Amino acid sequence: MSQMREPSPEQIKAEKIYREMGMTDGEYTMVENILGRLPNYTETGLFSVMWSEHCSYKNSKPILKKFPTEGERVLQGPGEGAGVVDIGDGQAIVFKLESHNHPSAVEPYEGAATGVGGILRDVFSMGARPIANLNSLRFGELDSERTKYLFKEAVAGISGYGNRMGIPTVGGEIQFDPCYEGNPLVNAMSVGLLNHEDLKKGQAHGVGNSVMYVGSKTGRDGIHGATFASEEFSEDAEVESPDVQRGDPFVEKLLLEACLELVKSDALVGIQDMGAAGLTSSSAEMASKAGTGIEMNLDLVPQREEGMTAYEMMLSESQERMLLIVKEGREQEVIDLFKKYGLEAATVGKVTDDKMLRLIHKGEVVAEVPVDALAEDAPVYHKPSKEPEYYREFQAMENVIPEVDDYNETLVALLKQPTIASKKWVYEQYDYMARTDTVVPPGSDAGVVRIRGKNKALAMTTDCNSRYIYLDPKTGGRIAVAEAARNIVASGGEPIATTDCLNFGSPEKPEIFWQLEQSAEGMSEACRALNAPIISGNVSLYNETDGTAIYPTPAVGMVGLITDLKHITTQEFKAAGDLIYLVGETKDEFGGSELQKMKYGKIFGKAPELDLDTEVKVQKQILSAIRAGLVASAHDISEGGFAVALAESCMGAKGLGAEVEVTGNPVSALFSESQSRFILSVKKENQAEFEKMVDAKLIGQVTGNPVLQISCNGETVINQQVDELRKEWEGAIPCLLT
Amino acid sequence: MYKVKVYVTLKKSVIDPHGSAVERQLQSMDYNGVSNVRVGKYIEFFVEKSDRNVEEIVKEVCEKMLVNPVIEDYRYEVEESVNQ
Amino acid sequence: MKFAVIVFPGSDDVDMYRAIKDELGEEAELVRHDAESLEGYDGILLPGGFSYGDYLRAGALARLSNVMKEVVKAAEAGKPVLGVGNGFQILLEAGLLPGAMKKNESLTFICRPEAIKVQNNQTIFTSLYEEGEVITVPIAHESGNYYCDEETLKRLKENNQIVFTYENNPNGSLEGIAGIINEAGNVLGMMPHPERAVDELIGGTDGLKLFRSIVKHWRETTNVTNA
Repeated sequence: MSQMREPSPEQIKAEKIYREMGMTDGEYTMVENILGRLPNYTETGLFSVMWSEHCSYKNSKPILKKFPTEGERVLQGPGEGAGVVDIGDGQAIVFKLESHNHPSAVEPYEGAATGVGGILRDVFSMGARPIANLNSLRFGELDSERTKYLFKEAVAGISGYGNRMGIPTVGGEIQFDPCYEGNPLVNAMSVGLLNHEDLKKGQAHGVGNSVMYVGSKTGRDGIHGATFASEEFSEDAEVESPDVQRGDPFVEKLLLEACLELVKSDALVGIQDMGAAGLTSSSAEMASKAGTGIEMNLDLVPQREEGMTAYEMMLSESQERMLLIVKEGREQEVIDLFKKYGLEAATVGKVTDDKMLRLIHKGEVVAEVPVDALAEDAPVYHKPSKEPEYYREFQAMENVIPEVDDYNETLVALLKQPTIASKKWVYEQYDYMARTDTVVPPGSDAGVVRIRGKNKALAMTTDCNSRYIYLDPKTGGRIAVAEAARNIVASGGEPIATTDCLNFGSPEKPEIFWQLEQSAEGMSEACRALNAPIISGNVSLYNETDGTAIYPTPAVGMVGLITDLKHITTQEFKAAGDLIYLVGETKDEFGGSELQKMKYGKIFGKAPELDLDTEVKVQKQILSAIRAGLVASAHDISEGGFAVALAESCMGAKGLGAEVEVTGNPVSALFSESQSRFILSVKKENQAEFEKMVDAKLIGQVTGNPVLQISCNGETVINQQVDELRKEWEGAIPCLLT
Repeated sequence: MYKVKVYVTLKKSVIDPHGSAVERQLQSMDYNGVSNVRVGKYIEFFVEKSDRNVEEIVKEVCEKMLVNPVIEDYRYEVEESVNQ
Repeated sequence: MKFAVIVFPGSDDVDMYRAIKDELGEEAELVRHDAESLEGYDGILLPGGFSYGDYLRAGALARLSNVMKEVVKAAEAGKPVLGVGNGFQILLEAGLLPGAMKKNESLTFICRPEAIKVQNNQTIFTSLYEEGEVITVPIAHESGNYYCDEETLKRLKENNQIVFTYENNPNGSLEGIAGIINEAGNVLGMMPHPERAVDELIGGTDGLKLFRSIVKHWRETTNVTNA
């Protein structure tokens, strides 16, 4: 591209070259009107990338506006690098979940790695030290070489980047389903901790202040990545895909330490990550948010390759870069600070008062456009929405209980389903112990990280069962949030805020837009009911392969506050003789369940019901009982149902089993995926007090004999050695990979 | 200016987990004739002409930094180069 | 006792620093890779992490940094030097300990609590353990597959330099070697992370005795010199 002469403004218009950059005819006309002239090649690039869905949320904005984003703890809602929530003691946490789906589909190692790198920069650009990472991953079934490769490499990429940063990956979730075969999802979340006074924003205040560039040099990698992320995959995607960005976690670690030192200095006015759309988005957004303009001399931008054009520099998505606004005259301090960490800092421009983004290259003005037009005033579309045919059909279906001949075999088969099977193979590749604050490592309901020096901790989780959401987006959206909250509560925490990553198909299709609308509404309802506002998020649309969309997958990340280290609770049984309780009502609900998928090879019918009042009540009761010190173990019942959850509570313990008695239809009792349910164990001496507090049914007790025994209506339906179950459950994923 | 190419490989006596993995995978893809896969590193750099013998410099650089003689062997090529 | 925790670009120094300050209750200072001197420190700790991104080879670039000359001097002077994880890799690259590290047999990073056996409790690092004691200490590494030639192995055995071995070899290390000491007995390298096993809430306290052994030896020897 660099060797070619750039097309003239007239050519761009006549040959509709803007279309190749992902811009519509209507959008091009808007640009013409804004500028009052034809945009040149660089300017067309700036608009195309800033008006991509990835940067502008032009298709999803009307939906995002409906999310509850405020609460007494919220210090910063959506709009900055990440959301900020108060956790008392003058401290706050910063977190966000973000997609890196398209790069990961092309080059899974680097795609996943740079996904982690990007979300980390979003967090530390706010002035927070990242203390934990999580992720949410989706792949096709582990039966093709391609999927195995994508899965292995994405995990290796997360491990390679996160571990080198010295930040523990403490949790996550992975679902395998054929709908993700051609379009895997890699969503990364990071949680940071800061003192209130260190909170920084990406705003370019102060006319005359300097714009400084820090971190890695700019190369031609990832040009038009944001536009690429806003398009569907098609068979010729390989030809069109841009150079995938490559991450350098070593530089990022230096950048992290340097930035965290810099935020303590009053020389720093604003700071923003150069993420999607790199220099363009960081400069335009910082100026737009502050009501100022920015002028940059691109000759001063540190460059890795020779002969780069303005277009290339502005659209490069080279990693590990930050844009700073520094008080006039204090530049040398910043240069010296970064030098100490072996990093380059360069003054590339200044803040102006004319609300323009003006770029100078080789002595000429190569672009001059209003910052608001690029950022705030990007077009917003209200897409048509239509209830899909399939939804009506599913809603009309009666609940069908799958036929099960052998309960024992079915339990083992469910434990071996990759979505349910132990993810040990995955999380042992993550340095989940780094920083030595991880109290509950991956594998329990939520990861728990203590706040050093304080008697408190954070519980964190990611969740989303996209099968329910496909069947019934509104109910499924509620379930995604409620389940995340259940994981937090089962760990002894109180949910305080939510982040999300909306992974959907093409919004141009009314049925897909309807899924987006409905699931967002369900999520909003649940966030309101559970008092866990959405403080940050990200949207990834056009997740389709050859016209077929993934299941709607609005991944939810949630953080809860544990107000006393004594409240930290895990899912495994603790001691023989403890009483086992079942909380919640079991119905004949199999729509979208693991059993349904396993038995029929597809999903259909209604998603499980979710009553938010019940959900809130159950969660409150359990949290109160945990805080009163009455609960030995807590585990929410999710994929696979009661029997799987009970088995997990046994497998996590050493040398313990369970003997329980349930009633009703045995298939439903064992495998239904009814919501708002938990399995708790309680010491005998706490029985009376616990039963006063929690509406729960005593179903049996923990035994010193590692056998899982479940009777239904007086008849033994499950009788399994826990060691055998563990072997199958832990061995399933490694076995599928060899 | 000289252009230097250095090839670093694990010593013959040292088991190469990377190479073994690649070999197993290749054989599972029915490349049965492929054997003894060894995964190594390729490093290139330029050395300016000076009084010192270029090979001497290359050997020093290899032994001081690029190669761990406990487990690795190396060989190199030096060629004259007009420009970079 | 005053420890220097050496910080290379990319090191994870925080675990080691906190273990010494918060759990052991001794003095610790972070010392940069470009430091000119290690005078005044009674013990040298090379922490884990990924110095210089582990680029080229784990530990290969760190060992060329300025401070390593000082670490070599301290080792020669008989000061206790402990390298953990990446620190062990650096000690190997620097030639302060024999052998080399290869990638784990699985070719993946492995993080998990691991059972390791104290093979030699007659060292300044392990005197508070029982011989043959099996302790649980986490591992977290990608290149912990210890290798040395037969002759070196023979010497390690003869001199009782193998201090720790894995109970269930996780990475393919020769003879399950998890930690070795130099002939002089003052430089220990180990892949498991004792500094991550010093707190009941986080992974147990089996690593504490290692640090206490160092302090005990220091107290005993300094008292002798002072008397």
